[in-house]
Amino acid sequence: MTALHLAPPPAESLAARARWAVVDCWTIVWQEITHVVRQPSMFAWQLGFPIVMVLMFVYVFGSAMDVTGQGAGEGYLEYAMPGLFVLTMAFGFMNTAFAVALTKEKGFIDRFRSMPMASSAVVTGRGLADLIHAIIDLAILVMIALILGWRTGGSLAATLAGFALLLWLRLALIFVGIFLGLLVKNTEMAGNLFALAFPFGMISSVFAPPHLMPGWLGAIAAWNPVSATAGALRELFQSAPVTGGYWIEQHTVAAAVIWPALISAVFLPAAVRRYWRLAR
Amino acid sequence: MPTHLAIQAEGLQKSYRGTPALAGLDLAVPYGTIHGLLGPNGAGKTTAVRILATLLRFDAGRAEVAGYDVAREPRWVRHRIGLTGQQTAVDDNLSARQNLVLFGRLFHIGKDAARRRADELLDQFRLTEVADRAPKTFSGGMRRRLDLAASMILAPEVLFLDEPTTGLDPAGRREVWQAIRDLTAAGTTVLLTTHYLDEADQLCDRISVIDQGRNLVDDTPAGLKRRIGNERLEAVASQPADLPALAALVATVASNGAEPAVDQERLSVTVAVTDGVRALTEIAARLREQGLALADLGLRRPTLDEAFLTLTGKPAAEPAGPAAPATDIKQSEPTGSREPTGQSEPTKQTEEYA
Repeated sequence: MTALHLAPPPAESLAARARWAVVDCWTIVWQEITHVVRQPSMFAWQLGFPIVMVLMFVYVFGSAMDVTGQGAGEGYLEYAMPGLFVLTMAFGFMNTAFAVALTKEKGFIDRFRSMPMASSAVVTGRGLADLIHAIIDLAILVMIALILGWRTGGSLAATLAGFALLLWLRLALIFVGIFLGLLVKNTEMAGNLFALAFPFGMISSVFAPPHLMPGWLGAIAAWNPVSATAGALRELFQSAPVTGGYWIEQHTVAAAVIWPALISAVFLPAAVRRYWRLAR
Repeated sequence: MPTHLAIQAEGLQKSYRGTPALAGLDLAVPYGTIHGLLGPNGAGKTTAVRILATLLRFDAGRAEVAGYDVAREPRWVRHRIGLTGQQTAVDDNLSARQNLVLFGRLFHIGKDAARRRADELLDQFRLTEVADRAPKTFSGGMRRRLDLAASMILAPEVLFLDEPTTGLDPAGRREVWQAIRDLTAAGTTVLLTTHYLDEADQLCDRISVIDQGRNLVDDTPAGLKRRIGNERLEAVASQPADLPALAALVATVASNGAEPAVDQERLSVTVAVTDGVRALTEIAARLREQGLALADLGLRRPTLDEAFLTLTGKPAAEPAGPAAPATDIKQSEPTGSREPTGQSEPTKQTEEYA
């Protein structure tokens, strides 16, 4: 019985509890980073999908795509690359949901909740780890894009703003992922979320301009948050600004700020409520 | 409240959407003892553990763990308890050592102390050799031991174990049993749930048999055995026509008032016996006299189903878990090697077996 005296008693004051919350959050991030260090192959698989998408759409379908009106394949890399950045962020919510569902399924969340640690860390740590994940994902994708010949046409500030908007969307979708991960019964159901993610990612301006789609579908695609961020990137990167007549397409940067904010406003409280419901 | 109790619960009630899971459960567990919650699936064992481990709110009643009120001071309770749930809650993508360091850090004992404590626990739970491997390569017993080690970071005063050996093979069960005994030898109080009669018998100082969210019986293992009979004699006929004669024969060696149970499908007759060896030799002699041929004859320990039948007069409400494993596990471990601490044997004899 030597260990108890090592441990400080649970934090009582608000300041001490806040400090625990930060330390515990970082410990959970450390856990996630250690995963990647121990099993880089797992990480590589997760990134495999967007890379395959880039190669497929740019080279397989891209040559037949005429998005600029200047002939098939013309300017398609510039058009599709921002969309693929967004798509990688958008599909990331499934990784979050799966990880949360696994934590729940394995009884990990019960062990955490039976400990004096800050319970918020389970969620904040997950979120921060996924953001770091997203930054690494983006860095690798940008390198691939540069190799393929993609260049930003915007200023450094505008380009950085574009990547900030990407992470802003990813953050909002982290809350969605945590909510869904807590909602589903097990990891099997979390895996099925792909059926939800696929149309959400595809019915957008990622690969084709909405105004080329049937009217009703084009409207849905144009107003998709994924399209909003993709449009904002095309504007900030000054690459192939192809727009139809949709109002949202004229205000892409504003939309790329507001859409994720709205999503966060709905799903952050929902995820917190869902977390507390574990005690019922 | 008396301070010598590590766990005290009075009239715990809990319903899930109107379905009662606990209907007034009482518990009193002195420090340094192992207490078993025994019951079929759905009896409320897990609900009780989750409430006491601060994972679940309850509707009525009161509960104290390690001197702290579960409802009002959950964070102090968490500082004093360890929990090993039904699933092994270890991170399969970290090494065994990294798992323990992770939990140590979450207890805020500091990075260096967390590493030292991890090494201590790896040693204590005989995992040092596999410390740098991922738990997914472990056997069931090793995983459970790592799981136990993770709940022992702070050497908690009270340890909750929810079905610690479910799904383990006999060797794994023995490993985990030994680990649990070692912990209590060091002073930890353990509350464990099980649906194995022999596990409760092997480990516990006292047992609460739970049925439909209520205490059915609270007793020592010895007292419980007196109530439900220590052994069952089971005879299996070689042809259906022999069953009635066999049942009549088996009834003659039954312990006081026990009725033989006839299973038409298995062609078996089972009955509680007081002195197993005597009953066995007696029945063997009479079988020879009557010229009855048997497929099988033997002694075994009662299953949870049979215990419930004896205690309640009706079968367990929910299908019980797997039957108690064969007695060979039991025989390889000497019983009574550990004296109940600070517990006096009940003087009251039950009517059935007085």
